[in-house]
Amino acid sequence: MKPAPVGYLRPTSLEEACRALADDPDAKVLAGGQSLVPLLSMRLAAPSTLVDINALPGLDGVEVDEAGVRVGALVRHADLLAHDGAARVQPLLRMALSHVAHAPIRNRGTTVGSLVHADAAAEMPAVLALLGGTVEVVSARGTRTVAGADLVVGPLESSLAHDEVATSAWFPALADGQGVGFAEISRRQGDYALCGVAALVRRAAGRVVEARAAYLAVDETPTVVDLLPALDGDPDGDPDEARLAAAADLALASLSPAGDIHATEQYRAHLARVLTVRVLREADDHARRRGQGGAA
Amino acid sequence: MSAEEPHEVHLVVNGTTYDVQVPARRLLSDALRHDLGLTGTHVGCEHGVCGACTVLLDGRPVRACLLLAVTVDGHEVTTVEGLAGPDGTLSAVQEGFRQCHGLQCGFCTPGFLTTVTAGLRENPDPTHEEAREMVAGNLCRCTGYQNIVRAVERAAELGREQA
Ligand SMILES: Cc1cc2nc3c(=O)[nH]c(=O)nc-3n(C[C@H](O)[C@H](O)[C@H](O)COP(=O)(O)OP(=O)(O)OC[C@H]3O[C@@H](n4cnc5c(N)ncnc54)[C@H](O)[C@@H]3O)c2cc1C
Ligand code: FES
Ligand code: FES
Repeated sequence: MKPAPVGYLRPTSLEEACRALADDPDAKVLAGGQSLVPLLSMRLAAPSTLVDINALPGLDGVEVDEAGVRVGALVRHADLLAHDGAARVQPLLRMALSHVAHAPIRNRGTTVGSLVHADAAAEMPAVLALLGGTVEVVSARGTRTVAGADLVVGPLESSLAHDEVATSAWFPALADGQGVGFAEISRRQGDYALCGVAALVRRAAGRVVEARAAYLAVDETPTVVDLLPALDGDPDGDPDEARLAAAADLALASLSPAGDIHATEQYRAHLARVLTVRVLREADDHARRRGQGGAA
Repeated sequence: MSAEEPHEVHLVVNGTTYDVQVPARRLLSDALRHDLGLTGTHVGCEHGVCGACTVLLDGRPVRACLLLAVTVDGHEVTTVEGLAGPDGTLSAVQEGFRQCHGLQCGFCTPGFLTTVTAGLRENPDPTHEEAREMVAGNLCRCTGYQNIVRAVERAAELGREQA
């Protein structure tokens, strides 16, 4: 199918873009188009006008400092994936981005667009929520910062107002003693996950003092679960199987896996359980290696 | 402003400049096929899944069915028609597909050829696993992929011999 008739604007300033969105409640931002164009073609979306932000200046940079990584709204997934500075400061970005779609889609799709698109099956909203990152938002009414945890409010529904443009996202750096892990199961490399889990563990004085996991493609929104209660008191040996299993139980208690044609509820729950154990162990190993002065 | 107002788009496709008038909703895949008559770019699913429509935009593979033609004004596009030499000599990738029987009906082939052309430019010496991953975003109904993966590996060899 083909898109329905639609108007098109390519503003060259942010003010102009914001004004166009403020003036027309049926206008929509177009970034990489990798989610919006298929919706137009299937006629599941019928905006009056597309406000193409690709000509806006200053939105295509990745800025890295010791505090974290700032990603402009026009940075393509492929460019963030290839960015060595970003991967050094926050390794979870590269771990997760390598699972986002296939190269031709990553070459055009933007990481910020993926956040705003608010798909519960997408990797980056879960990563942003897990790390406690933020999204910078601008409209004719001013600017504001949205916490990653508050970004996705429902299936394909973000907390941005219709007239707001996300200009960048910020992902905090990996702090001292922290380690991360990521795993997902999909039918082919690059396809949407049947279930994906990202984890963050922090060790201090030989103990786990922080442990969280974020789940994608399980619930209707990406879900972050605090798993420290199950791991707390872990002695400074290998993470013990009983505690990891308890962490998986704790996670499942906060999730309501959905069934679809690719995976039943039971299968998703099983995947969430297995992947929780796997990524917690990976994040814990990572935290130990970094704790011993390793840069990785 | 009427939604069907035509937009003037300048495209450099396979080295030739084209000026076309298209409505905003015209997909790049349709602009190539219908407005420019370059029917080598195939259209399967029209929502980014099959990869048949893959072209190179400023050298990088993209889905032509997920781009509006108006958004790539001024950019360079390479389609499957642009891969062979000016005298018709097959590129290393095309030659690899020919030698290893990487196609049967050929519907998916233009997307594979563009994808692999860019993939081997980035990684001229892929492992077997990397060769598989290079084509993971393209669907083929005919070949079972064994010959396609072999063709990628053969094309890499040919490319290294030519270099
Ligand atoms: C076949 C296929 C497979 C895919 N697989 C995956 C996958 O495995 N994992 C994954 O995460 N994603 C996947 N994607 C989606 C891909 O990551 C998209 O790039 C992403 O969802 C949207 O980014 P975009 O820049 O293309 O946004 P667009 O499609 O341009 O926009 C998407 C939505 O966000 C809004 N928007 C975009 N940018 C902004 C902004 N700066 N400010 C305000 N609103 C904005 C738009 O109005 C629209 O509603 C896949 C896509 C396809 C076609
Ligand atoms: S037609 Fe474009 S990906 Fe299938
Ligand atoms: S050769 Fe027929 S679809 Fe691939």
